[in-house]
Amino acid sequence: MLKILKYSFYDLMRSRWSYIYFLFYLLLGTVLLFLNNDLSKAIITLMNVIIILVPLIGTIFGVMYYYNSKEFTELLLAQPLKRNSIFLGQYLGLSLSLTMSLVLGIGIPFILYGIFKSDSIWNFSLLLITGAFLTFIFTALAFNISLSNENKIKGFGYAVLLWLFLAIIYDGIFLMSLILFEDYPLDKLSLFGTMLNPIDLSRTLILLKLDISALLGYTGAVFKKFFGTSFGLIVSLFMLFVWILIPTLRIIVKSKKKDF
Amino acid sequence: MVVIENLHKTFQKNKVLTGVDLTIDKGGIFAILGPNGSGKTTLIKSILGMVIPTQGSIQIMGKNIKNNWLYRKKIDYLPQIANFPNNLRVKELFKMIKDIRGNTNTDQELIELFKLSPFLNKKLGNLSGGTKQKVNIVLTFMFNSPILILDEPTTGLDPISLIRLKELIRKEKTKGKTILITSHIMSFVEEISDEIVFLLEGKIYFRGNITQLKTQTEQPNFEHAIASILKNTYA
Ligand SMILES: Nc1ncnc2c1ncn2[C@@H]1O[C@H](COP(=O)(O)OP(=O)(O)O)[C@@H](O)[C@H]1O
Ligand SMILES: [Mg+2]
Repeated sequence: MLKILKYSFYDLMRSRWSYIYFLFYLLLGTVLLFLNNDLSKAIITLMNVIIILVPLIGTIFGVMYYYNSKEFTELLLAQPLKRNSIFLGQYLGLSLSLTMSLVLGIGIPFILYGIFKSDSIWNFSLLLITGAFLTFIFTALAFNISLSNENKIKGFGYAVLLWLFLAIIYDGIFLMSLILFEDYPLDKLSLFGTMLNPIDLSRTLILLKLDISALLGYTGAVFKKFFGTSFGLIVSLFMLFVWILIPTLRIIVKSKKKDF
Repeated sequence: MVVIENLHKTFQKNKVLTGVDLTIDKGGIFAILGPNGSGKTTLIKSILGMVIPTQGSIQIMGKNIKNNWLYRKKIDYLPQIANFPNNLRVKELFKMIKDIRGNTNTDQELIELFKLSPFLNKKLGNLSGGTKQKVNIVLTFMFNSPILILDEPTTGLDPISLIRLKELIRKEKTKGKTILITSHIMSFVEEISDEIVFLLEGKIYFRGNITQLKTQTEQPNFEHAIASILKNTYA
């Protein structure tokens, strides 16, 4: 698996998309810092961007990479390699290279600004960790969709729909149901609803750590009340991990049965 | 070497293989023939574990291939369509496959034989079909595995390369290898193969040497013998 990971990773590192993605974050981080001149404000703004954008990029790159490396995959399938290692290697290679663009792109301006000497360092680390989680989750989801759809256009469509649903539509439905059923005790339901969406989960996680009650919103508040801050952090990190684990397991199962 | 028992493969509702039994227990060149879409590639890909059978079993060198992957070390495979990662250079591709399968120096001789040196630094996406096929051939022949599977190896080759390929195949045969070949070029098949395996309607319709095929179909030449099988089934 490590060999496949290595080749996928190098292959991606040579592609100009990795650089564009990296430069985008570099620019974003720099502009936010020097405009705001305030670390925590910059972190909050970044959070809002990352939580929507990272899933979109993970999804799109995941689908594109899968379909574009079809030839590579077929070549590898005829070699003495396990199927698992081929697909997991490619998945990890892509997720790692995207994560690297993110961490370096945002990390460099923040380090230059002096993040290590400030007390925002943990908040900032958590932001990057969440970004990494979201990258791994949405790349895995994209691989799942591609494995199930021979047709590239269809796969692409489903992937974008999934992102649209989790990033935007889900919140709308969630809010509506909270309003519609406001007479009922909704604490448990809203907890559950947050856990089922990795984007909501990430937002709650970061806001819990930043401890900005005003921004926590209803579910965040429930989360805090229910789990308390530190246990809440652990629970949401654990759930994010589950969100990586399940799609990854499905990649293994699905790829095992597939014909090439 | 290769034992296939009651192999079935259905894609969605398309029944491609419906009970293939095939035992090859010696070296030699075996041609797998059949009309377009008869499942030759499907059969080959099943042996390689790229297509998962609906039913039946395949053994390679005495081991069932199900959930197994190490057996592919024993097989060199030339795919029907030479699809390579487009942004990779020829040199890098050779290096990568050697990194995966183990080192060899045979590739140097083969590059020489097929005059590929000028293309080593070119990207695979920019090569012509014939040159890609030569790269494909080098990749396949550079490892010395006991089983060799060639799916339409002659596609796109110029006459000189075709001669080189035939020499190469014969040389591998003298090492006692088991070689499976599919091809549409009947003269190539007739010239090179020891035995014919004819796939028709999902099963093996005929297995034997060319003389037996001619006798059975009462045809004086090979091409007509094959054609007569097809005519009988189309009628
Ligand atoms: N991965 C696949 N998914 C669906 N159908 C397939 C797949 N591979 C092959 N087929 C179908 O199986 C049949 C046999 O194809 P193939 O084995 O390539 O034939 P041949 O190599 O003898 O020309 C064709 O009808 C083809 O469309
Ligand atoms: Mg074929």
